[in-house]
Amino acid sequence: MHDLEDLYQEIVMDHNRRPRNFGELEDPTATADGFNPLCGDQVTLQLFLEDGVVSDVAFNGVGCAISKSSASMMTEELKGKTVEHAEKLFEAFRKMITRAPGESYDSELLGDLEILKGVSQYPARIKCATLAWHTLHSAIQDGNEVVSTE
Amino acid sequence: MFDVEKIRLDFPILTKEIFGKPLVYLDNAATSQKPRQVIDALVEYYENFNANVHRGVHTLSMEATDRYEEAREKVSSFINSESSDLVIWTRNASESLNLVAYSWGEKNVHEGDEILLTPMEHHSNLVPWQELARRKNAVIKFIPMLENGTLDMDRVKELITERTVLVSAVHMSNALGTINPIKELAEEAHKLGAKILVDGAQSVPHMPTDVQELNCDFLAFSGHKMLGPTGIGALYVKEEILESMEPFLTGGEMVLEVSYEKASWADLPMKFEAGTPNIADSIALGSAVDYLNALGMGNVREHEKDMTAYALDRFRKADLEGLDLFGPDDPNIRGGVFSFNTPDVHPHDLGTFLDRIGIAVRTGHHCAMPLVRSLGVAATSRASFYLYNTKKEVDILVDGVTEALRYFRDGPK
Repeated sequence: MHDLEDLYQEIVMDHNRRPRNFGELEDPTATADGFNPLCGDQVTLQLFLEDGVVSDVAFNGVGCAISKSSASMMTEELKGKTVEHAEKLFEAFRKMITRAPGESYDSELLGDLEILKGVSQYPARIKCATLAWHTLHSAIQDGNEVVSTE
Repeated sequence: MFDVEKIRLDFPILTKEIFGKPLVYLDNAATSQKPRQVIDALVEYYENFNANVHRGVHTLSMEATDRYEEAREKVSSFINSESSDLVIWTRNASESLNLVAYSWGEKNVHEGDEILLTPMEHHSNLVPWQELARRKNAVIKFIPMLENGTLDMDRVKELITERTVLVSAVHMSNALGTINPIKELAEEAHKLGAKILVDGAQSVPHMPTDVQELNCDFLAFSGHKMLGPTGIGALYVKEEILESMEPFLTGGEMVLEVSYEKASWADLPMKFEAGTPNIADSIALGSAVDYLNALGMGNVREHEKDMTAYALDRFRKADLEGLDLFGPDDPNIRGGVFSFNTPDVHPHDLGTFLDRIGIAVRTGHHCAMPLVRSLGVAATSRASFYLYNTKKEVDILVDGVTEALRYFRDGPK
């Protein structure tokens, strides 16, 4: 049986209490809003892209511990990475969170983001963890979009 | 004598454990659990009486029809309807409300007409009217709400005008627990010739309901929140209004005579019931009504009032930093619904934490998004009681919330 601590790891709780890159960028080149109608979670993601590289990123919004920490960890991971790499992370992260028990995922690529793997055991919380990532995907694809998890 | 421990023995699911802890089911505003008697009624129907209704000359069909119509009589008496012909079976309160919006609304709501709602409507008593108003260029207005989660009744007189065609109000709010003064609203609506619709999804299961006493024109409710199965609900409509309404759905069962060119409609209530109905669930809802009648709806309400007073007291006395408890303080105008917000812990995290200790609560916007937003929060946690809940369960809830706040502040012990 899975423990509550599989979900709320100390690092997750820390990101929840002190989210990184929380706020707004002065001059973002891409912005997207994400919304989870199920629980009212909302995230705004701003990117500053230079030559296909995420040189700065910030997020804002309201959400549960999982959505907030997931967004916070994502922003830490993204800085200095190419857009292509960001999209690869998105795919790998989504696979890890939505995988069936026993199914593998790219643990090497995900690195620190693996801390959220426990979410896969809590189906009701999957959308909390993926909201920021879907928003990122949309910011990269469309530059300015509202995405919904529903 | 209202013996909760004895009542609990009738509900098989209440012995279930969640993560090794006894289930504390506090999501009754979403759906109620079912007593053995209701579950047995479903099995009994399929094993002994299964046949289509209102058409066969064979014995089985007649037996099924008798039981099906007997259930309608039970539900009709339960709300003190003038006649069981005025009780239409639907899938749920949402379908009942849509039936009124389409069948009555299309004919009676015109450009510039006004529909008056409350700010605490469930989406099911909001969206159908928004859509109707959009189709008809009608106007929707809202009775303002006071700080304590009750309606500002002083404003009602000025808000109901000659243009008002319908006042549609929830009897008991699913998000705040507020019990609205329907009788008063009905009087004010009728003075200016408007109709009044009551969303009884939360009130019919939890307190005595008398459509004649309320003098409401429409009453919508669901079976699954009142110990019955999912998939069955009802709509009561006053006779002269129902007679004037066109069918919502057409086809089999609801016709008198059909030619290749046209059809005429069957009498009430079948005019509004196209197709093979939900026979088994209707009959089982009849059994749920029997169960509630045996307990007495007055007693059910008293038990929940007692629980509400106890829970209000426990929540106030508990050491819960910054806890916001929404809805009226007075158990006399409130049902057993507790929405609250804990600023430091998101409802979704709280819900997951409570689930781990066996407590089922609802988290989110409770299908009342505009209301929850007006409270200044994105979501709330909601505990809602029913006739089988105990004060001990209230204690478990309050202790659980206290422990959750500690957990998210300080981390695991």
